[in-house]
Amino acid sequence: MILLNGAIKLSIMQVVSAYLFIIILLLIVRKRGLNREKEIIISTTRMTLQLILTGYILTFIFKNPNPFITILIISIMEVFAIQNIIKRTKSKLSKELKKVIIISMLAGTLFTLIYFIFIVINIKPWYNPQYFIPLAGMVIGNSMTGISLGINKLVEGFKNQIDLIEGSLMLGASPKDACKTILDNAFDSAILPTINSMVGMGIVFLPGMMTGQILSGSSPLVAIEYQIAIMLGILGSVSISVIIFLLLGYKTFFNRRIQIRREEL
Amino acid sequence: MFEIKNLKYKDILDIEHLIIHKNSVTSIIGESGSGKTTLLKMLNNILSPDEGEIYYEGIEINNYDPINLRRRVVMLPQTPVIYKGNILDNILIGKKFSKCNNYNIEEIKNLLQKFNVNKNLNEPADNLSGGEKQRICLIRVLIMNPEVILLDEPTSALDENTEDMVINFVVEYVKQNNKSLIMVTHSKEIAKKYSDYIIEIKKRR
Repeated sequence: MILLNGAIKLSIMQVVSAYLFIIILLLIVRKRGLNREKEIIISTTRMTLQLILTGYILTFIFKNPNPFITILIISIMEVFAIQNIIKRTKSKLSKELKKVIIISMLAGTLFTLIYFIFIVINIKPWYNPQYFIPLAGMVIGNSMTGISLGINKLVEGFKNQIDLIEGSLMLGASPKDACKTILDNAFDSAILPTINSMVGMGIVFLPGMMTGQILSGSSPLVAIEYQIAIMLGILGSVSISVIIFLLLGYKTFFNRRIQIRREEL
Repeated sequence: MFEIKNLKYKDILDIEHLIIHKNSVTSIIGESGSGKTTLLKMLNNILSPDEGEIYYEGIEINNYDPINLRRRVVMLPQTPVIYKGNILDNILIGKKFSKCNNYNIEEIKNLLQKFNVNKNLNEPADNLSGGEKQRICLIRVLIMNPEVILLDEPTSALDENTEDMVINFVVEYVKQNNKSLIMVTHSKEIAKKYSDYIIEIKKRR
């Protein structure tokens, strides 16, 4: 056991003992006939390799801060997040809706990041990867989840309530008025996980970032300051991304004659 | 009022020329699947033909703002659309969509009575029977005061007596207020009794 800045640095043997824990899990899974050994081994190996690689890359990036590398990493994160949203959506998405996903992800996350980097945390230099990359990861990851939930609710709403929407249009409703209930529901379900995690935070569980900071030797008071700031940032980013997505997204279900594009459902 | 020229839609509709007159009651009849509802939807511009033109008051329908046109030519679908809220909310929703918030509560109560819906305006609309919902939707359309009323089987959930009473009232209302009514009906009797014109659509074989 080596103490480093007040934190315990794990030796190789200690990390190996953590894998023993997984071996016990594998034995239980096998005995119970759950048939998931392959998935556990693959996911454990993937996680290990990915994190080792990330550790080396981050060490290199932190030692050599460079605005271009920071921007490149953020761009890679955004591309993966957008691809993930499109892949994870249960329904086939139109070209227009895919464009809306890209616009809302970029607008929501970049606005939040700029505000937090320059105003709230005031990082100098702004591209300092030690702050920029973890912040971007949390903001982008949560907006990704928010938009994914929003899309599913929006598409589901259009499919299940098509009679209500069309019946409203027949009365002369604007598309926005005709879709109001669906948009409200989609927004609620998109931000609900963030709201729930804020409500339980500190009482039901300690958030990952705060736990990480405390484990690495930071004072809990410093950790909560960051956690509060980042949670507000996440809530803002998820809300902005989802609002932009919904405000632009519902329009893609109508043609220029304000008729429902049934072929997109 | 409406003029249709060379209209084609999938293999459902093929109308060479059709005129629907203003200030009249027109019924559309025909067997199921013949395209009666499709034609009605086209007059409301909620659906467009593959080919051909539809004129309203001499102007091609696509030259109107679709929302404004639908506020002048209102359509009531066959399945009643009920919104969250009470009966009054449901009656007023059409006016609300048009950003028109003035209404006469006595007129609404009178219509409820005329349509034999013995309910309080603040009762939840979800609890209404199918027939009551259909009549609430009709009242919703009437108080919007449109130029043309398009009704798709407006009385399908009603018994014969109530059906006759409701249609009779709507036709009277249309005549007295110089409106136009176009309705799809399954009943040839209703069509003959109340219509100035009957359009029969034959199913394409």
